[in-house]
Amino acid sequence: MNQRVTFRGWWLPILLIAPQVLISVIFFFYPAGQAIWQSLFIPDPFGLSSVFVGLGNFEFLFSDKFYRASFVTTAVFSILVTLCSMIPALFLAVMADRLIKGSGTYRTMLIWPYAVAPAIAGVLWLFMFNTRVGVVSWYLGQLGYDWNHVLNGGEAMGLVVIASAWGRISYNFLFFLAALQAVPRSVIEAAAIDGARFWKRFWTVVLPLLSPTAFFLLVVNIVYSFFETFGVIHTITSGGPQQSTTILVYKVFADGFVGQDLGSSAAQSVVLLFVVGLLTVIQFKYIEKKVHY
Amino acid sequence: MKKYLSGILVAATLFSPISVAEPTEVHFWHAFTGRLGELVAAQVNDFNASQSDYKVVQTHKGNYSETLNSGIAAFRANEQPHILMVFEVGTATMMAARGAVRPMHEVMELSGAEFDQDAYIGAVKGYYTSTEGDMLSLPFNASTPVLWVNRDAMAAAGVDPDTDLSTWQSVGTALTALKAGGEECPLVTAWQSWIHLENFSAYHDVPFATKDNGFAGLDTELTLNGPAQVAHLSAMGQWAKDGKFIYTGRRNEGGANFRAGECALFTESSAGYAGIKKEAEFDFEVRPLPYWKGVGNSPQNTIIGGASLWVMEGHSDAEYTGAGEFLSYLSSTDVQAQWHQDTGYLPITAAAGDATRASGFYAENLGTEVAVIQMTANKPTANSNGLRLGSYDQIRGLIDEELEAIWSGDKSAQEAMDSAKERGDALLRRFESANR
Repeated sequence: MNQRVTFRGWWLPILLIAPQVLISVIFFFYPAGQAIWQSLFIPDPFGLSSVFVGLGNFEFLFSDKFYRASFVTTAVFSILVTLCSMIPALFLAVMADRLIKGSGTYRTMLIWPYAVAPAIAGVLWLFMFNTRVGVVSWYLGQLGYDWNHVLNGGEAMGLVVIASAWGRISYNFLFFLAALQAVPRSVIEAAAIDGARFWKRFWTVVLPLLSPTAFFLLVVNIVYSFFETFGVIHTITSGGPQQSTTILVYKVFADGFVGQDLGSSAAQSVVLLFVVGLLTVIQFKYIEKKVHY
Repeated sequence: MKKYLSGILVAATLFSPISVAEPTEVHFWHAFTGRLGELVAAQVNDFNASQSDYKVVQTHKGNYSETLNSGIAAFRANEQPHILMVFEVGTATMMAARGAVRPMHEVMELSGAEFDQDAYIGAVKGYYTSTEGDMLSLPFNASTPVLWVNRDAMAAAGVDPDTDLSTWQSVGTALTALKAGGEECPLVTAWQSWIHLENFSAYHDVPFATKDNGFAGLDTELTLNGPAQVAHLSAMGQWAKDGKFIYTGRRNEGGANFRAGECALFTESSAGYAGIKKEAEFDFEVRPLPYWKGVGNSPQNTIIGGASLWVMEGHSDAEYTGAGEFLSYLSSTDVQAQWHQDTGYLPITAAAGDATRASGFYAENLGTEVAVIQMTANKPTANSNGLRLGSYDQIRGLIDEELEAIWSGDKSAQEAMDSAKERGDALLRRFESANR
């Protein structure tokens, strides 16, 4: 049954994978190798001299309680961003899937936020929640709630989570909608004939069929919240107040490009590399088992 | 078609008679946009028009941090400009980079341009001068913090706008009266670490860091958790708790509140003048920065913020001569006086200040002289020359974090400053080991 097509000789297959290998080497392995190499030194900013310190940079990092605290901040931030971007997206996709009239308009409108760059999204949300002129903070003030994300760490975290998740909802919506439309009608109709109501059908039939998409989005969203939310944090809080929104990747930037401490910055990117690698392995090893393809 | 065109261009270049030697280009990277950017461009154009040997090319490279980073990255790629603008907190980084920068006094000597170190104002030049007394970079835009007063807001809250605000003691009394009079934002600040710690320490003649604030060596440690600083921050913390001091952010966010007329008092750079004058629809006034009566030798002098121009290594002598001519032009009296009057930045030479006074500018624009007097009233001491601390941009960031902990009531002033010292010292030790 299973027919295997094989190449004759080695040249063609090597030639075919060469571009991908080349891209990986130039844009991933080479910079990653450089980061690992640099993390063993304390260089001066101008590259005039550098001192070999072995694992000294890592020792310095892990003896810093603020760096260790940044792991917790990052975990809280990424879990919140992932949940806040996936659950509303799924809800909207289910609703949009049921629409009969005007579904095209709804979908287009829901996809729009994805076209907004993170830094711009950050500024938009910052304006709405600005403690002085913000529309939302003004309404909250009318309700008797004194919004001040400049001093309140919890509110600052909430704001960067919303701003990061907002544009992401569109992206997730797109995937969920496509997955929903791929669910065979016959299965749903069979369930309906058996007397299952909408939500029962959703939980027992549709959701399991969505699990490959949900898993893919989980991985992609966690990677997003680790790396691509930099612009939002930079524009809204710059990691503050105190260190309540300083996630790992923001600290890499702050130490490398504000502090000119390239050794520590390189060590942090190596740590980040391992953390994300580990997370991906865990996701594929444990969560993927629960996914039905 | 394109092929022919390039052929013609090559031919034209080869055969065109070059009778006039091309002017030597001098590249100048700066961090100014908007009105300031236009003024810099005008200075450069005037210099280029004034002679034909050199042509200065100015380029905007982003904000202060970004400009410094571009300069560093360019140096690593061997494509550095001749003149780089570096903000005051980057000074220690530049000074430690021997081999990347050429000291100002050497450039001036080489170029033979007019240069007299004594012409520059002590408190301005001190920040950029080595312990041997040599100027390493040219101060370009310097400002110092002052107290801005919204007289209408004072009157509305039933406080005499002419009340004494020279000491923090009297400011404290005024804040209580303002609050009682219904003012919702009695005091707001910009650049909290610069004003309420760095300048506070200099103004009261107490050390901010050991080794003369870092001037005498890289093995310096922060002393910002001293009793004077802690007492000031405790008072500010209490004011924050009572709603008399409103915290708006780490940079100059408070400026928007003040310019909109929402706040009565505002501690901000003297360079806030242009913006406040343009936008404020109320009667405002500049007062000297308050001090605590009886603490240290207050009032000493305040220190500067802003940027200086550094000349980078790796260029030809002819280009350095051009750079020297340009820097000399920038510090000439007319150019400086004009810059001072246009921007509200301090004059860098005493002559420029005198020329401004003679022109009647101070008499017409009340309060513009306050900053100059505050800087120059006393001869700077070891505690009030400025700061020379490595990784200082980053240390300021962690000071901001600790100050936020005071304003929110999470930490006492002593706890916060002890923590700032511990964290800052760790960064200073790293800087020391990277620049040994």
